[in-house]
Amino acid sequence: MNAENIVKPRVTVRDLNFYYGKAQALNNINLDIAEKKVTAFIGPSGCGKSTLLRTFNRMYELYPKQKATGSIILDGKNILDKNQDLNKLRAKVGMVFQKPTPFPMSIHDNIAFGVKLYQSLNKHDMEERVEWALRKAALWDEVKDKLTQSGMGLSGGQQQRLCIARAIAVKPEVLLLDEPTSALDPISTAHIEKLIDELKEDFTIVIVTHNMQQAARVSDYTAYMYLGDLMEFDDTSTVFTNPKRKETEDYITGRFG
Amino acid sequence: MFLHEARLKRQSIFDSLFRNLTRVAAFSVLILLAAIIGSLIIGSMPAIHAFGFGFLVSPDWDPVNDQFGALVPIVGTLITSGIALLIAIPVSFGIALFLTELSPRALRRPLGVAIELLAGIPSIIYGMWGLFVFAPLFADHVEPWLNEHIGVLPYIGPFFSGPPMGIGILTASIILAIMVIPFIASVMRDVFDVVPVMLKESAYGLGSTTWEVMLRIVLPYTKVGVAGGIMLGLGRALGETMAVTFVIGNAHELGKSLLNPGNSISSALANEFTEAFGELYTAALIELGLILFFITFVVLSLARYMLYRLGQREGKAS
Repeated sequence: MNAENIVKPRVTVRDLNFYYGKAQALNNINLDIAEKKVTAFIGPSGCGKSTLLRTFNRMYELYPKQKATGSIILDGKNILDKNQDLNKLRAKVGMVFQKPTPFPMSIHDNIAFGVKLYQSLNKHDMEERVEWALRKAALWDEVKDKLTQSGMGLSGGQQQRLCIARAIAVKPEVLLLDEPTSALDPISTAHIEKLIDELKEDFTIVIVTHNMQQAARVSDYTAYMYLGDLMEFDDTSTVFTNPKRKETEDYITGRFG
Repeated sequence: MFLHEARLKRQSIFDSLFRNLTRVAAFSVLILLAAIIGSLIIGSMPAIHAFGFGFLVSPDWDPVNDQFGALVPIVGTLITSGIALLIAIPVSFGIALFLTELSPRALRRPLGVAIELLAGIPSIIYGMWGLFVFAPLFADHVEPWLNEHIGVLPYIGPFFSGPPMGIGILTASIILAIMVIPFIASVMRDVFDVVPVMLKESAYGLGSTTWEVMLRIVLPYTKVGVAGGIMLGLGRALGETMAVTFVIGNAHELGKSLLNPGNSISSALANEFTEAFGELYTAALIELGLILFFITFVVLSLARYMLYRLGQREGKAS
């Protein structure tokens, strides 16, 4: 089920099963995430696409009774391994959520927060890093005069770009986007989509989206999931124009879901 | 048609009646407040005339010669409440942190209920427990240790050296801390619980530890609620009477050591009202009450103002 033309997989998922208590939410997922490309997970609600995304940084571990088996290989190591240091993993795998989640602190401190967890930069280097991240997130020009103000005072779209800047400030290798535009207006959504396109020069991006047009617009590869199974995974253009399975076609043409 | 109008009219009469009733209820609070302040002021007039401002700074308390000063109980009230908060705030934070973030789900409810039950125990029971159980243990095991190890240190030593009697300022402070912990902890738990899960996940997602998430995300996010909980605790500590009266020692003395017996405003009132003969003695006690009222009022107003300023700064920043 792998897209044959993924030359350089960054993340390799093999035989991944996921359980919420006794209920199985992912069945034997096998999938390669291409380096410096955008991979989209689509599918109806409850299909397991967010669950799959949250195994990549082991976010599910915050909750008892959730567990994953199988392997997710990043840099030659299985990140599901018990010995994997969670904090180091999360430095390599950043995440942005459905809703903007600015921390209750200044814009500058929002960006510096994650960096400080891993590096002790001097004031000058930190300021450079903050500017770099904000420029990358296409937010610098809008906030450069109010870095000391609260991040909670920005508009929704700006807040979400702040969260993206915060995630990339740590210089992760993989960026997970969990429906990053579902709470935003169309203009902010367009901003973010443009940003995703620019960010894939530096980062490997995985995006979960409810919006099929968005998947078609921003992603290079698309995985269609249904009821915990990976139904189809291929080039985005193939999935959308020439899907191999009837179920995928039904979903993307809106006949179902 | 006629019926319909009659009903409308009846409803509008009922409505205005209801509105006026609620108004009376609301204003009666103001009237009560004014009446209490008024009667306290009138009652304490003889003492105010006799001692003036000197009442506030005089450590004398000599009913036989009609010499009264409020310094000892004022200091006792402030110090016991202050130490109680110093102990209660970190403990409550720990309780709330454990209950919201770390505790297994099965333990959360029973522990939460236990804390709320702790808040419901009448203060006289804390007082009895403090006097009969805690104070003797404290005198036998803790105070000698304090004398030996902390009492010899420079600067803070004098505060912790003294006769190990079990009852005194420190004991009262600890009992007070135990009494206000349930209040502060349950408010903290409630406000920590409303922090959006996604906000916490964002911080965990950057690789923060639980401690970092609590201290740097959850606490700033909930600071208004947390400050409110602490003020609730402080309000209770300042006015707490029975438990303190049991264990504070009720001595009008101003010693350096926290192990010495002392007095607080409320315990002085509780102890001495029955034996207050003469106009001046009674007036002095009433003035103590007025001072307690004033302290509580100032503390709560300050807290309000602090929260208001915090909110304003946020508003400006955003």
